[in-house]
Amino acid sequence: MIATKLGISKSDSKLTMAFIYVAFISLFIGGLMGLLQTLVRSGSLSLPWGITYYQVLTVHGVILGLVLTTFFIIGFQYALMAKTVGISKKQRLYAWLSFIVMLIGTVMAAVMVLLGKASVLYTFYAPLQAHPIFYFGLALVIIGSWIACFVNFRQLYVWKKTHKDEKSPLLAFMVVINMVLWFIATLGVAAAVIVQFIPWSLGYAETINVLVSRTLFWYFGHPLVYFWLLPAYMAWYAIIPKIIGGKIFSDSLARLSFVLFLLFSIPVGFHHQLTEPGIDPTWKFIQVVLTFMVIIPSLMTAFSMFAMFEITGRRKGFRGLFGWFKHLPWKDVRFFAPMVGMLAFIPAGTGGIINASHQLNNVIHNTMWVTGHFHLTVATTVLLTFFGISYWLIPHLTGRKLTKKINNLGLIQTVIWAVGMTIMSGSMHISGLLGAPRRSAFSEYGGTAQASDWIGYQIAQAVGGTILFIGILLMVYIFLQLTFFAPKGQEEFPIAEEEVNAQPTPLFLENWKLWIGITIGLILFAYTIPFIDIILHAPTGSEPFAWPIGNS
Amino acid sequence: MKLHRAEEIWLIIGIGIIALSMVITGYQAFAQGMAPPSGMETIDPQKVDQTTPFDNPGIFEIGENEYEVVMILQAFSFTPNEIEVPVGSTVHFTMTSRDVVHGFQVAGTNINAMVTPGHIQKISQTFDKPGEYLVLCNEYCGVGHQMMSTTITVK
Ligand SMILES: [Cu+2]
Ligand SMILES: [Cu+2]
Repeated sequence: MIATKLGISKSDSKLTMAFIYVAFISLFIGGLMGLLQTLVRSGSLSLPWGITYYQVLTVHGVILGLVLTTFFIIGFQYALMAKTVGISKKQRLYAWLSFIVMLIGTVMAAVMVLLGKASVLYTFYAPLQAHPIFYFGLALVIIGSWIACFVNFRQLYVWKKTHKDEKSPLLAFMVVINMVLWFIATLGVAAAVIVQFIPWSLGYAETINVLVSRTLFWYFGHPLVYFWLLPAYMAWYAIIPKIIGGKIFSDSLARLSFVLFLLFSIPVGFHHQLTEPGIDPTWKFIQVVLTFMVIIPSLMTAFSMFAMFEITGRRKGFRGLFGWFKHLPWKDVRFFAPMVGMLAFIPAGTGGIINASHQLNNVIHNTMWVTGHFHLTVATTVLLTFFGISYWLIPHLTGRKLTKKINNLGLIQTVIWAVGMTIMSGSMHISGLLGAPRRSAFSEYGGTAQASDWIGYQIAQAVGGTILFIGILLMVYIFLQLTFFAPKGQEEFPIAEEEVNAQPTPLFLENWKLWIGITIGLILFAYTIPFIDIILHAPTGSEPFAWPIGNS
Repeated sequence: MKLHRAEEIWLIIGIGIIALSMVITGYQAFAQGMAPPSGMETIDPQKVDQTTPFDNPGIFEIGENEYEVVMILQAFSFTPNEIEVPVGSTVHFTMTSRDVVHGFQVAGTNINAMVTPGHIQKISQTFDKPGEYLVLCNEYCGVGHQMMSTTITVK
């Protein structure tokens, strides 16, 4: 075996940058689609050339929810692994394979959407039927990401073999947790796509079991949001302390919270199907209870973050009740952007708790409230943290410097984002409470008084959307600067250390067999009985419907 | 592994609130009958028009101030549409889909249910306030999804 050197080599940079290119191209295209949607829905724009609202919506959801996030995360995680446990030549080759497979899948799905053959939105609910190539594309994206999982697993395994009695580096541990989570979760959606959708779309199977496909999708759909969130938490726990000149608050606590995310983010998919027929109400409630367990690690994270801020501030000598808070490095965009994301998680998480609250879900299910909710979580908390990572990661990889000027542009970008999102997401939440449905083109609903109340908020969404699009343009400009034009130099890869006198991390936190075992146990507990029930009491399946989406 | 004292308090309060809200939610759902709609009966989605009660969709008076609405959802309409009921009546909706997945939402009420092909969905509501209520499909069902709406008039 060739000994692996820690740190980011030229080839590692190329690898991660390939993923980041795709992420930023996606940001631009997806953002443009988002702008178009808000304009259409405000009633002030109709799309030219026979493009439909739902086609644009499909592009927006797939490219931002699935492509941008997955590519950025996997690219970022490769960098973290190379830095903390190293990567061998062979592993890097497989890493490139994962990139190529994912990219081919993305292109296949994208072409079908652009041809109008797959306007099924990113949830692709049966029995709406897209072109088979769309489903093949999705399958390849998932399979490509599995290759990345196994590369990361192998990296930690190889490192462990040569570091027998050491605990694994915190970031490597977190990456592996996230990829275990992703692998177990994507098994569900892969089963739906490969076993149900592909044969059915090719005509080999006449009908599809709609409820099974939806259940498999949401078995994946909730952990998906934690797959987005955990890389942001990695940055919060292990990178931001370094940026603000502090130490990791508690290595054990960070690991424990990641373990809890692994355990409790999968057996909870029914909270997306609460108003759905065919699922036993008792099991819906059991999964709601499990959903609430996942609040605990987020409470732990919130505490750790602010404790770390306070300890760091006081150590620097800032006194008073809030002196430490005032003197955080607000002018350093590597801190400011993720910090705004973190603050957005307070309303975002609260909204999530409302959504999952069983009967309370009836009030907001499939309304604009939900859209407002995930624009706070993934499009603010997660995305601003990813931007925060980009400000140092990209120059580190391209051998450039984050200059004062770009730093200040980043501060402006963050403020634009916060303002645009407050307006857009705020009006989405309100119009949702008034009943406005999500995922719907502009409609006056026969001129009823209720629907006319929504229009003002839809105009506000277009205003917010326009501000956000300006933010996207600025971010793409910053990306181009950091990639091609910023002055050459060395940018730090900030990784925080533990306190000198930190308590040792207990060994059981790294007992993978134990955690994966409990995860599988919880999944079996939450899903076995209701799933068997769904299969045993299955109705006759559904024939495909291609005409409603214009695919015929 | 030792937690910080303040953190212990923070977590105990947090977990306490979670537990309490679960108890309240569970009590309301199961003891007070507020659980979200979960119709368990099935139907052959290819034979909706030939299966009772959907061979005769419409509004039926089933008791004093009590109505059953047997409704078929299809891309992109509701059958029956333009429903009228007196103030104070309780309406039981029995619904299924003839084609793809739809959502049944009545703006200004808590009626919100998925209607999927193959299952019969049920939800009830008492209409105490007069007025015209907008009924709309809130699950994407195709190019005409935003046109899928009707009204319930309460007089
Ligand atoms: Cu969820
Ligand atoms: Cu619809």
